[in-house]
This record gives sequence, structure tokens and C-alpha cells, in this order.
Amino acid sequence: MDQVNPKARSDEYGSRINRAHSPVLFYAVPYLTILLGSILPTLPIASALPLIPPMGFIILLAWRMIRPGLFPVWVGFPLGMFDDLFSGQPFGSAIMLWSISMIVFDILEARFPWRSFAQDWLTLGLGIAAYLLIGAVLSGAPLTLPGLIALAPQILLSFMIYPMVVRVIARLDRLRLKRIRVIG
Amino acid sequence: MASSNRRSSYSRKAQYGVFTGYVLAGIGALVGAVLLGLSLWRPASFNGPRGIAQEAVSPVGEASTTVRVEGQGLIDSIAGYLRAGSQNAKLKREVDVARIRLAEAKALEQENNRLKALLNLSEGANKPVAITRFLGSTASSSRRFAYIGAGSRDGVAVGMPVRSERGVVGRILEVSPNTARVLLLTDSQSVLPVRRANDEVVAFAEGRGDGLLQIRLINLGVNPLKKGDVMVTSGTGGYYSPGIAVAIVDQIVDDGAVARMISDPAATDFVTIERIWQPEALDAARRPADQPLQGSEAAIEAASGAE
Repeated sequence: MDQVNPKARSDEYGSRINRAHSPVLFYAVPYLTILLGSILPTLPIASALPLIPPMGFIILLAWRMIRPGLFPVWVGFPLGMFDDLFSGQPFGSAIMLWSISMIVFDILEARFPWRSFAQDWLTLGLGIAAYLLIGAVLSGAPLTLPGLIALAPQILLSFMIYPMVVRVIARLDRLRLKRIRVIG
Repeated sequence: MASSNRRSSYSRKAQYGVFTGYVLAGIGALVGAVLLGLSLWRPASFNGPRGIAQEAVSPVGEASTTVRVEGQGLIDSIAGYLRAGSQNAKLKREVDVARIRLAEAKALEQENNRLKALLNLSEGANKPVAITRFLGSTASSSRRFAYIGAGSRDGVAVGMPVRSERGVVGRILEVSPNTARVLLLTDSQSVLPVRRANDEVVAFAEGRGDGLLQIRLINLGVNPLKKGDVMVTSGTGGYYSPGIAVAIVDQIVDDGAVARMISDPAATDFVTIERIWQPEALDAARRPADQPLQGSEAAIEAASGAE
């Protein structure tokens, strides 16, 4: 008798025999990455102009694109509140914008159920650009033309970084669903 | 890409669940709008939670600052190694010139001390309150704030000027026990009175929000500024002591110039927090014109007693 293919009883997340997903990883990984993403832009550089993409927001949208049903629609409230503590925007700005964008992306998804990656990328790019512009308007500082022009590199960087973030999040999604819990 | 399970079957319970989610999200957005309005109206409303959050991540900030600075140092030392020979000769020439200048500066310092003694000014009145590190900045928001690793426990208070060894960086906006938030010069709400280093051309340096400063001349007329002029603090307003480097003129425009910050926060590691230069002047500026100043009689008495 031929030997059974050793991969036959496993899927991409590991063996299916007496192994299950870890509930801790299953729930914690998405939220932790978003919280880390909110803190991340404050750390690496004290730049004189806004440059680093709003990582918390991008990671939230990337998770949403990869696993559409993962977050409840109202998740923008708690996560946005955390982001507001670090972003430097007036408190409440991310709560409002993240909540609204969760609703908007849900409506968009119902309107266009089947999308290509390029379409998702474009949607997210426009979403980020709108988020940064509205954020600048609501930032409480007087709006100046040079200030608006200075947003362009940040928007461009956010747009270019999205495919990379999606890759990383896809890897983290595999980690999240790894079958590491032993049953029985 | 698959879509989420929005059409939630014929189960009433699942349908109500989806509906409740939307209602909660809508309420979330509304609450956010109210909080946003509140914090735009009273910017200091949420200082407490922000301070606590910043305290919580400050160890991470310190670690990342160390890595950032050492990374820059490593690149510098490699670059220095590659250019060692020509740089050595150049530095020797520069040291010769610098020795002469140092001697001149010593003479000036003596003269300065003599004149200060004549005027009865106390020396070393503006010792730094604290010396600390930049923990990070709000690099993704269009507001320019930075966080430093010293707070009210070290004696830091709102309004104190923050400077690096190159020049002014900004001033303290919010204080929590171990960290503080700094309004950087490039924020579009920051205004700083300056003058040209070698004469008395006075102006305001306003942040443009894109990393540059707008120099607005107070006396309009023929624009005397030239590219490369160095602007220093004038001491007007009472926050900053005069003569600290601020910006270097980059481009001349009609009502002044566009200037670059001399102390770019990205290249800054350690900063010192100084006392407010003239707290009395700030007090005077806040007070209505018809009220007497607190302590002004005492100051006059002290001045007359010293004579």
C-alpha cells in the first residue's frame, strides 16, 4: 500500500486531526495589530511635517478587506478612541471618522460584492486621502495652502504602502488561524 | 474578494443583530462628532487620558529614540571614515580659525559680564528645568506635536520653551507626571517673535504646517531679508529668552520670507526645557490695561534699593 500523503489530513493552517484554532490568537491578533498601528507613527521619527501614513486606520481597513465579517460595524468607536489618544488630532476625530468609514465601506461592499484587488486598492486609496484631508480640516489649526500641499507625500505614501500592509496582514491572518490548540 | 455576510438569512435574530450593529456604529459616529466639537472648543478637555496613554508607551518611545539616534550615529561614523583624509585637513584649518574666534569670544564675554554687572543683572538665571529626550511626534497627523520624557515631576510646566543645542524647538503645551507634549514651531498654530541675528529687523515666525516657517515682517516696506539670513528669538512676548537661533531664510516672498527651522526635530535627540523668560510680561499681557500688575511695586522698590 502506498504511503498516505502526509499533507492529506491538514489544511493551510496545520493538521486537522486533534488540533483547533487558538481562541486567544483568533480574537487578539486583529485588535492588537490595529492598536500597535495606532502607536507606531508616534515612535520612529520626530518629523517637522506630517509624513507617516495613519497606520492604525490602514491596518483596520486591510483587515476589513481580507476578512470582511471579522469586525462588528461599531468597532470604529473603541479603536478610534484609542487612536485619538496618540494621533495628535483633537479627541473624537478618529472616533467619528473611523465609525463613518466602517459604515461607508460596508455600504460599498454591499453595492460591489465582487471586487478585484486593484478596485480594493483604489477604494482604500481614496478613503485614506479623504480621511487625511478631513483630518486636516478638523485638526483645529488654521488651514493653509502649504499645509494642504504637505499632505500629498503622506497620501502618496499611504497609497503605495497598502499592498505591503495587506501582505503582512494576510500573513498575520494565517497566524491567527493556526491550529495550535491540542484537543483531547 | 468575498463579501461579509450582510444579508443575514431569514433569521429574525440575525437580522436584528445586523441592524443593531449599524445603529451602534451611527451612535459611535455621533458621539465622536460631539467629542470632536468639545475638544475643538476646549482643546485641553482630554489632556488627562492622553497624558496617561503617553506615559504608558514612554518606555517604548525611549527605546526607539535610542535606536534612532544610534542608527544615525552609525551612518555618520561610516561616512566620516570614508572622508577621513580630506576632512582632517579641513578640520585643522577650521580649528585654527576657531581658536582665534574663541579668544575673541572670551574677550566679549568678559566685556559682557562687566556690562551685566553694571546693569545689576543676575547671571545664570535661566538654568534649564530639565534635560530630556524626544520620545516621538505625531507624525501621521497634520498637527505638529512632539512628546518628551520629562513632566511635572521634573518641574516642567505649560508654556516653557523647549530647545535643543541648535536652537528653539517649540514650547510645552500639556504636562503629565513623566511626559509632556510640545507644540513644535512648524505647527500652524505656533507663532514666535524673531529678529534678524545681525540687526534689528523684527518679524513673526509662523508655522506653515509643512515643515517650513513663514517669516512675516512687522515693519512693511522694502523687504530687507536676504537668502541665508539667520533669525533668532527677539525675547518679545516673554516666553523665549532672546538670541536663540530659530530659522534660516530660504526663499524671499512679498511680506517676508519662507524659512527653514535650524533645529529640525527629526535630527534632535536631547532637548532642554527652560524656564519662561519673563513670566511677569506674560502676566502683564493677560491682564486688562486698567488693573495694576502683581508685584510691580515690589519690583520698583527692589530696583530703587539696588541703586
